[in-house]
Amino acid sequence: MSVDPRGLRPSYSFPQHVLAEIHRAADQGLYEIRGYGAKRHLPTFDDLVFLGASVSRYPLEGYREKCGTDVTIGTRFAKKPIHLKIPITIAGMSFGALGANAKEALGRAATAMGTSTTTGDGGMTEEERRSSKTLVYQVLPSRYGMNPDDLRRADAIEVVVGQGAKPGGGGMLLGMKITERVAKMRTLPVGIDQRSACRHPDWTGPDDLTIKIQEIREITDWEKPIYVKVGATRTRYDVALAVKAGADAVVVDGMQGGTAATQDVFIEHAGIPTLPAVRLAVEALQELDMHRKVQLIVSGGIRSGADVAKALALGADAVSIGVAAMVALGCNRPMFIEDYHALGTEPGFCHHCHTGKCPVGVTTQVPELQSRLKPEQGARWLKNYLTVMTLEAQTLARACGKSHVHNLEPDDLVALTVEAAAMAKVPLAGTDWIPGQKSGY
Amino acid sequence: MCGIVGLFLKNPALRPSLGKHIKIMLIGMTDRGPDSAGIAVYHQPVGADSCKLTAFHADRHYHWREVGGELGEALGAEVDVDVKANHAVIKVAAGESAARAWLKEHHPELRIMGYGELMEVYKDMGLPADVVARYGIEAMEGSHAIGHTRMATESAVTTEHSHPFTAAPDMCLVHNGSLSNHNNLRKWLRHHGHDFETDNDSEVAARYFAHRLGEGATLAEALEAGLSDLDGFYTFTMGTRDGFAVLRDGIACKPAVLAETDDWVAMASEFRSLANLPGVDKATIWEPKPAVVYTWSLQ
Amino acid sequence: MITVDIEESGVRDLNDRLHKLPADTNQRAWRVINPKGAHALACGLTIPIEVVIEGHAGYYCAGMNKEATVIVNGHAGQGLAENIMSGEVRVKGNASQAAGASGHGGLLVIEGDASARCGISMKGVDIVVGGSVGHMSAFMAQAGNLVVCGDAGASLGDSLYEARLYVQGGVESLGADCVEKKMTPHHIAKVDRLLARAGLKGDAKRFRRYGSARRLYNFHVDHADAY
Repeated sequence: MSVDPRGLRPSYSFPQHVLAEIHRAADQGLYEIRGYGAKRHLPTFDDLVFLGASVSRYPLEGYREKCGTDVTIGTRFAKKPIHLKIPITIAGMSFGALGANAKEALGRAATAMGTSTTTGDGGMTEEERRSSKTLVYQVLPSRYGMNPDDLRRADAIEVVVGQGAKPGGGGMLLGMKITERVAKMRTLPVGIDQRSACRHPDWTGPDDLTIKIQEIREITDWEKPIYVKVGATRTRYDVALAVKAGADAVVVDGMQGGTAATQDVFIEHAGIPTLPAVRLAVEALQELDMHRKVQLIVSGGIRSGADVAKALALGADAVSIGVAAMVALGCNRPMFIEDYHALGTEPGFCHHCHTGKCPVGVTTQVPELQSRLKPEQGARWLKNYLTVMTLEAQTLARACGKSHVHNLEPDDLVALTVEAAAMAKVPLAGTDWIPGQKSGY
Repeated sequence: MCGIVGLFLKNPALRPSLGKHIKIMLIGMTDRGPDSAGIAVYHQPVGADSCKLTAFHADRHYHWREVGGELGEALGAEVDVDVKANHAVIKVAAGESAARAWLKEHHPELRIMGYGELMEVYKDMGLPADVVARYGIEAMEGSHAIGHTRMATESAVTTEHSHPFTAAPDMCLVHNGSLSNHNNLRKWLRHHGHDFETDNDSEVAARYFAHRLGEGATLAEALEAGLSDLDGFYTFTMGTRDGFAVLRDGIACKPAVLAETDDWVAMASEFRSLANLPGVDKATIWEPKPAVVYTWSLQ
Repeated sequence: MITVDIEESGVRDLNDRLHKLPADTNQRAWRVINPKGAHALACGLTIPIEVVIEGHAGYYCAGMNKEATVIVNGHAGQGLAENIMSGEVRVKGNASQAAGASGHGGLLVIEGDASARCGISMKGVDIVVGGSVGHMSAFMAQAGNLVVCGDAGASLGDSLYEARLYVQGGVESLGADCVEKKMTPHHIAKVDRLLARAGLKGDAKRFRRYGSARRLYNFHVDHADAY
């Protein structure tokens, strides 16, 4: 007797993945930990569109007429600010979360494109310093591998208060990925499940952060830009406090931001989307008259040149990519399918970075799996992707009549949904209505 | 965010130099809070059935004496007005709630910074050194004082978010840290009749303690209750009629140093503010333990 | 002996001069006067010089120290010798919170008391305290030795990894996964050596040893209470 499919009605509150999760929780008794960013439906940059040229605005010719993409980070205090050729950087991802080949590929591609990579919650590797011409060194609550020599040979320093995937949470790396090399770098026993602190050990609060930033400046003789990175929550206050604390640049990571291993509830239910976060950050900077003086780097779900252009139009100075960079390196590519199946997933659905068994060799420490990602191949993929993103952003900018991507402004955008209009403070298309705002200028 | 200081002079012989010492202590916290400063000084008690209010108006040419005259007439009481820059210390031979109620109704443009029998509260924009000079703090004598320096996060055009926050006669609070459940507490306190001037978490703490004290709790009991009811990170220093109290939350990440001799007890966010106190080299110096109430009283 | 007056020339000038010294410098003895609680004094040093600070240091004194010897003749603020890599840092008075935080190597001596979170996140540094340490000391301490001649405050060694803790006096309470362990002659000899290196007095035999129970090393539902 066959089942009549017309009678199968899924529950909106208890869909398949929720049922599966409750069964899993009942089996295992511990929260689900996974990689990737928020998978739920969210208002994103997709809900904004550009008002291209028409009778009232004139476009620039593609290719012939220059559309600049360069950006300088760290003009506030640093003696040696960072000059980037493109406004897209590679976000902090740890060696440990990623394998050495992946880190090297990121470095090579970034160098070829004239942009920066960032270390993560495990310290700086020789491979990354060698392969990445411009390297940002993170100072995290865990201080794994923290080293003044690395601080001094970094090009910029990023004090991490939090990340979008888990604002208020600390790093996590499961036992399988704590190999000898990772363990040595982090001063941990091999094979343990690493739990990082969620607060810095030697400062809490913006008043003490101010003093900490001063110390880092002193150690590096005021040469290098110091960024402060926050997961997007109370973004307006956080950005204002970061500026007050002395940051050269602020990095704001929306809830779509990725992670290699975090509790699913944290990823999905904490933090605000990147869309409102950009606007809040820019408003905070403008209020302090620091827009463009303290640079804003935005991350969390940046996927294409359209996202880059929209983030810049809303006021960011640059964007950072994490998940997208990994995808360029092969994450979720349909190859080695049996290995996806062995993890219980398929290409296109995989978020199993936390297992260390990445089928395409990106987020793994296992040598056989790592060998599937050749650094030169990965570098070429990522360089191509970054090139495409830049061309896309330039295309949109030129169509809006801009000779530099930084001249994009919020008025070049309209929203397709009420939520996006309210979050980005951009009018709903065809109206001059921004929910919550008085109309007019 | 900020720095906090508190000084309590046990030895009456030192009281003439209260202002001198608290000035140095406050200036020591300039790096932590360069944007605005606030001080509460306990001195010159008015008689029984009288009160002292410190009021603020931004206009340096405000008609304080006229207002003082009207107040005196309305309450049928003697009024003395001592103007200091944009603050005025108003002494009234009447109860504080009557005086405050009249001012609120007839001159809502004034902000009452503090009230009681001996507490005066001064808060303004500017570097701590400038704020201290503006009100002549250095010359003040007294038994105790607490102070706060602030790093503003919003455009710094008002002192609305400045500490100390006053919530009861001769009671005020300075806070270094960040509470996490103050919004719900504010609703509860409003329900119990308290009015709020700001959305600041520190104001919630001040009114919470005033509420407990108003219910009849001793200072120590009120602070103990705070440990259960207030969530988040805090170092509090509270000034009261007879003394002062220090409390840190159970995790105690925000800094606090205490120093005590037979002559005085002092607290600050950083030791540098205590380093110039007389006899500090022989003082007992320690950092307050988490979730332990420390109180000192003249009695 | 070179004397630097912080009141006159400032912290930047001091650190700049110290950082610019060549490895083979003759200028190995430095004296810093009028520190008055200034922050980041003598931080980021890299060569074996000696810096004596006459007075009170603020936060992060001798932060990230390598090779150098830094002595504070006064009290030190938060984060003394944070992330020290090697060399020696000594404070004659007290140290505020997070002394030796995430230190990787070298020796930190606190002759007075250390307050909360002494040795938090330590990764190989040896810390010897003549007085007591405050609450949450050796929180998440990964490697290295903490020797306390006085008492230890609440939650000692919470979430401890492989650092070794030795306390001569009382321990207010132990943190999650921190347990008392046996003191063998090997450990007594180690405490003796550390006390000698620090130049502090103590009876190694009276010290008690604390270490990780290692129950939180891998996530396990049966330990859910501890999270």
